[in-house]
Amino acid sequence: MTIWIGTRKGAFALKSDARRRSWRLSGPQFLGHVIHHIVQDPREPNVLLMAAKTGHLGPTMFRSTDRGRHWREASKPPAFRRAAEGETPRAVDAIFWLTPGHASEAGAWYAGSSPAGLFRSPDGGDTWDPVAGFNDHPMRPQWAPGLGTPGGELTHSVLVDPRDPKHLYLGISIGGVFESTDGGRDWAPLNEGVAADFLPDPNVPFGHDPHSVVMHPARPDRLYQQNHCGIYRLDRPAKRWSRIGEAMPKKIGDIGFPIVLDPLDPDTAWVFPMDGTTVWPRTSVGGKPAVYVTRDAGRSWRRQDRGLPRKQGWFTVFRQAMCADRHPRTGLYFGNTAGEVWASSNRGDSWACIARHLPQIYSVTHAS
Amino acid sequence: MAVMSCTVRIASPLRSYTNGVASVHASGTNVAEVLADLEGRYPGMRFRMIDEQDRIRRHVRVFVNEREAATLAEPVARGDQVHLICALSGG
Repeated sequence: MTIWIGTRKGAFALKSDARRRSWRLSGPQFLGHVIHHIVQDPREPNVLLMAAKTGHLGPTMFRSTDRGRHWREASKPPAFRRAAEGETPRAVDAIFWLTPGHASEAGAWYAGSSPAGLFRSPDGGDTWDPVAGFNDHPMRPQWAPGLGTPGGELTHSVLVDPRDPKHLYLGISIGGVFESTDGGRDWAPLNEGVAADFLPDPNVPFGHDPHSVVMHPARPDRLYQQNHCGIYRLDRPAKRWSRIGEAMPKKIGDIGFPIVLDPLDPDTAWVFPMDGTTVWPRTSVGGKPAVYVTRDAGRSWRRQDRGLPRKQGWFTVFRQAMCADRHPRTGLYFGNTAGEVWASSNRGDSWACIARHLPQIYSVTHAS
Repeated sequence: MAVMSCTVRIASPLRSYTNGVASVHASGTNVAEVLADLEGRYPGMRFRMIDEQDRIRRHVRVFVNEREAATLAEPVARGDQVHLICALSGG
């Protein structure tokens, strides 16, 4: 298996056999490029897409058809439509997120951008068109008014319901979670029950900051999100999120960027808590990095820090930088801002550092 | 064969498109036409410099001889040198 590492300065790959005992690092590819996401196509495993830009140049997309050995630039990368007279012109600054389309739609992909935008490719990522139903939605200026995170306004967590290609979700930081049931033509906010402590009125229908939203592949009605203001679960068709982070230890809190699910168990989720107090250091709490796991859908959480530094470990793990593999005994991986990749082959019970000295890590994704 | 009207200096971040070549010839009466000519030979290069609203990207500068082009309408004459410059900052 391969773990793809997107960093602020290029792409790397960690390869292992099925036993996951030793890892071989390769790369960098596209040294110096900002790589936000590298994603394999589960429908066509030889195909990978990579979202890239450099400090000076505009965004683009690279596509591989040989599992990442060679890459070719998309002939038409994601771009907003030309602004009409009097409209505020929008330009893609970065492609932040990649999601393969539904299993029945060969070659379909979605991409989320900064500033907030949604794009779709019908041809395996070679050409991209704006999803007008979202990008030109009459409410979009209110849903995504450009309130940037330090990385800009981000569209992420584009989710496709495996039972229905027209049923989509996405997250905007800052903007909230939105749902479409008609293939992206229309969208509605889905944020009830989610806190927005940073707003004057915390009971708003949108304006929230979901850091990461995930859907369980075997139970697509079950959503989890790690939000700027807590950890939540939602079992559709209900519309009100429950704050399952309330069960986290109070001294740890329930703030973080990533949330990762066990493909084999809809009740299991992992988070990497960070310090969201005072000025928001966003590092591991107290310099003692730890993963927390729930095995009962958020009713209780357990600390998993065996093998991680016991002190003076000031990690930040970004939202795409943690993933699970597809092994019968689920393995977990995360990359941090210090350029380290940590792995667990026993569902988080113990951790080992499998790469270090890489550039700041933006994404960690599993490929078969 | 196209009329070669100007020389274009290519900044290093863009040379992956020109097979490492730092200076190429191109034709056009303004920056837009010169870039269109380059795009025909080096597909993908233009969008890295110019956004979808035809604005020169924030960390890119285009000079015609010693004159900075504010827009793509900047005129280019035979024999001019067009400089495609990338302004890098930060670590």
